[in-house]
Amino acid sequence: MTAPVSDSRPLYLDAINAQRAALPGQTVPAIRTLREEGQARFAELGFPTARLEDWKYTNVSAIAGQLFKPVNGALATVSSEQLHSHLFADLPAHRLVFVNGRHAPALSSVGKLPAGVIVGSLAEILATRPNIVEPHLGKIAPTGTNGFTALNAALFADGACVHLARGAVAEQPIYIVYVSTGDTDSVMTTPRNLVVLEESAQATVIEQYLALDDARYLTNVVTEAALGANSRLEQYRLQQESTKSYHIGTWYVRQARDSRFISHTVDLGGLLARNDLHDILGAEGAECEFNGLYVVDGRSHVDNHTCVDHAKPRGTSREYYKGVLDGMARAVFNGRVVVHPDAQQTDAQQMNNNLLLSRNAEVDTKPQLEIYADDVKCSHGATVGQLDTDALFYLRSRAVDEQTARDLLTYAFANDVLSRMKLAAIRLPLEQRLTTRLLRGRSLNELELI
Amino acid sequence: MASSKQNIEALIKRDYQAGFVTDVEQESLPPGLNEDVVRALSAKKNEPAFMLAWRLQAYRHWLTMTEPKWAHVRYAPVDYQAISYYSAPKSKKDAPKSLDEVDPKLLETYEKLGIPLKERELLAGVAVDAVFDSVSVATTFKDKLAAMGIIFCSFSEAVHNHPELVQKYLGTVVPYTDNFFATLNSAVFSDGSFVYVPKGVRCPMELSTYFRINASKTGQFERTLIIADEGATVSYLEGCTAPMRDENQLHAAVVELVALKGATIKYSTVQNWYPGDVEGRGGIYNFVTKRGACRGDSAKISWTQVETGSAITWKYPSVLLEGDNSVGEFYSVALANNRQQADTGTKMIHIGKNTRSTIVSKGISAGRGQNAYRGLVKVLKGAENARNYTQCDSLLMGDKCGAHTFPYIEVKNPTAKVEHEATTSRIGDDQLFYLQQRGLSAEDAVSMIVNGFCKEVFKELPMEFAVEAQKLLGVSLEGAVG
Repeated sequence: MTAPVSDSRPLYLDAINAQRAALPGQTVPAIRTLREEGQARFAELGFPTARLEDWKYTNVSAIAGQLFKPVNGALATVSSEQLHSHLFADLPAHRLVFVNGRHAPALSSVGKLPAGVIVGSLAEILATRPNIVEPHLGKIAPTGTNGFTALNAALFADGACVHLARGAVAEQPIYIVYVSTGDTDSVMTTPRNLVVLEESAQATVIEQYLALDDARYLTNVVTEAALGANSRLEQYRLQQESTKSYHIGTWYVRQARDSRFISHTVDLGGLLARNDLHDILGAEGAECEFNGLYVVDGRSHVDNHTCVDHAKPRGTSREYYKGVLDGMARAVFNGRVVVHPDAQQTDAQQMNNNLLLSRNAEVDTKPQLEIYADDVKCSHGATVGQLDTDALFYLRSRAVDEQTARDLLTYAFANDVLSRMKLAAIRLPLEQRLTTRLLRGRSLNELELI
Repeated sequence: MASSKQNIEALIKRDYQAGFVTDVEQESLPPGLNEDVVRALSAKKNEPAFMLAWRLQAYRHWLTMTEPKWAHVRYAPVDYQAISYYSAPKSKKDAPKSLDEVDPKLLETYEKLGIPLKERELLAGVAVDAVFDSVSVATTFKDKLAAMGIIFCSFSEAVHNHPELVQKYLGTVVPYTDNFFATLNSAVFSDGSFVYVPKGVRCPMELSTYFRINASKTGQFERTLIIADEGATVSYLEGCTAPMRDENQLHAAVVELVALKGATIKYSTVQNWYPGDVEGRGGIYNFVTKRGACRGDSAKISWTQVETGSAITWKYPSVLLEGDNSVGEFYSVALANNRQQADTGTKMIHIGKNTRSTIVSKGISAGRGQNAYRGLVKVLKGAENARNYTQCDSLLMGDKCGAHTFPYIEVKNPTAKVEHEATTSRIGDDQLFYLQQRGLSAEDAVSMIVNGFCKEVFKELPMEFAVEAQKLLGVSLEGAVG
């Protein structure tokens, strides 16, 4: 493990300088500029500190205090047998697998793509068809949001690139898997994903982050998505990193007229996970729906920051985030909704519910509304609490023992989020995981309640 | 809706009705702030050594602090060296013994504001400790209160007559290191009110202070300290209007409440300081620190506020729920019209077991006003069965205003139950239509809807204030919807 340092910034800047020549996109002017800007912004910003309002409850000094070495080339090989048990087996999909941030063609199976659909490694597409990437990459996510996004811009080596031409429909979901194997040193991967849907295109994109063993590493991922008019994107983000790992994910989405974006975020792992989901409803009639679930225990810390920017009239946004915390886990939710002066007839709703199961768990929730237009319907709610005593009594009166009754209600509380997922091939295995976690390994059938 | 639009215009542009200036000779310190000013201030008030020491401690700490920038408000920077830190009506030395001796000009001022000072004393049943600028000039009902052992006097008097109480409680709820403005206040506070209600005594009347900022360029730094001993009950009213001025006036008050075992303090405010003109010029900067501590078991502190004035409001009345079973309440109506900016809310810190808090906040934004609710509900590890309910609603009138909500919820105890909900909407055309087709004018309809919106808060106000509050909202808002 690398020794802790007081300011790791020079170490990272050295690492950027050492890697620069080997990174993809050197011949593309826009990408070169993006990387330079990333480096400059990182030099200026460094890692965020608790003094910044957005990082008030999430301390990243463990990351800032040392160098997580950027992965250079493949660290380890992963066999498809090793990977198999971690994947959603029943899911027919166009699959892209990345091992430690690098595309692993042997594990991927993109298969036959419908007309107008491009799915591939970003590095590869940058080399062969940069015109697909150039107009969008770095244009949706601001490089200088914080030190992590800047670092990602300077260092991204690969990632998934999804492009749907006008009217194209990807019937099968696009399944992106990030596998971390870890190394003797603490390493960092900086994947960059780009999803572009042109007018009236439709796609489902799954991002899964998982580890094969209990390694210590940092994933610093940025995903950008551009939704054309009338397009539809359903996105699944499943974070199942190792219990010693750090996961910093930033998602920026920009929506055009009447487009629809649905996001499902599930956090089940990681020592520290931070998700920033920023959606700009940049044209009239855009709709978005965010569903989030975090079930954490041990010393895990999970932080979900969402921001919905209602920039234009008649936008709709819905947010449902739920969390179950056990052990010494800590969860943060910060849901910001901004309604700009023009954005009349906006309808924004947000809800965050938390369940604390242990004396040492902690929740910090901060829903925020900033409204500059008058003809709007906006609401948010946040709760932290325990199980409903009436519901508990009901189950107890039906001869269900106290512990089982509690487990069942906890499961039902969490499963409410999963039930919003359309893809059964993802929902069912996740429900399975949830029962293992919350029903102490018993299935609902075993409990003879259904 | 053309007629109602005109009404809005007319009403929104209505001049500030309490804008008048009383010519009274003022004895002021020259503008500026340094240690000598603090010493001079303390000397002028013949304060004991402990007060001066405390002020200097605060002043020295203040020098190390910077003005906070996190609030959702924008304003021209304050030049702390351009403010005169002391201003007293001239007749201070030979303080008036009775109302007859009070400068008739002052009485006239109160007359205009409708403060029941003279014969109206008994009728209104209100004891008034009137603060005209920085020194208390007249105090009434003292005898009646004194008979019950209740101390209700100006802060300066308390420093002289009850130094042990002041020394025991001053700065225990809001320490001199608390924040930029509270620290400044600790160094230079001029005067304020002091209340002590002894064990088991229920204060027989509402105690009330009317603050009034008068001298130009005089920042007002009130300091209020209210102590309710075990089992005591007191209700305190604070209300204010200020005359029209062209310059920004800084107001950085501190209010400290201490409720011991089983005590109840109810603190109500109607704030109607000059909000500045339509373009936002002038107007009061209201940077206030208000905090209460439920020190003993089953203590209760309730804040009710109606904030319609000030150019900038920066105010978070809070409750520290230290004792088991203690209760904190916050009821607020905040209005931001024209270019007013309000960033207000509360903090409820649950420390003891079975502590309960309720927050009801109603924000109204009109014109180009910006209204923000900022609140913190914190449940510490030991606060078993803590319960919080928060509701904050915003009403928007006009497409240039803003309503914002920044609630912070931090929970470290699994038995806690914390609920927060917030909604933002405007007055519906259908609601207006319904009332208008029942024969109400557009103006009355809006007034009725707004009063209904605020009802939950108004019902918490003492009778006298409830009437004034409704009138205030009426003046500021009737028909402010197109």
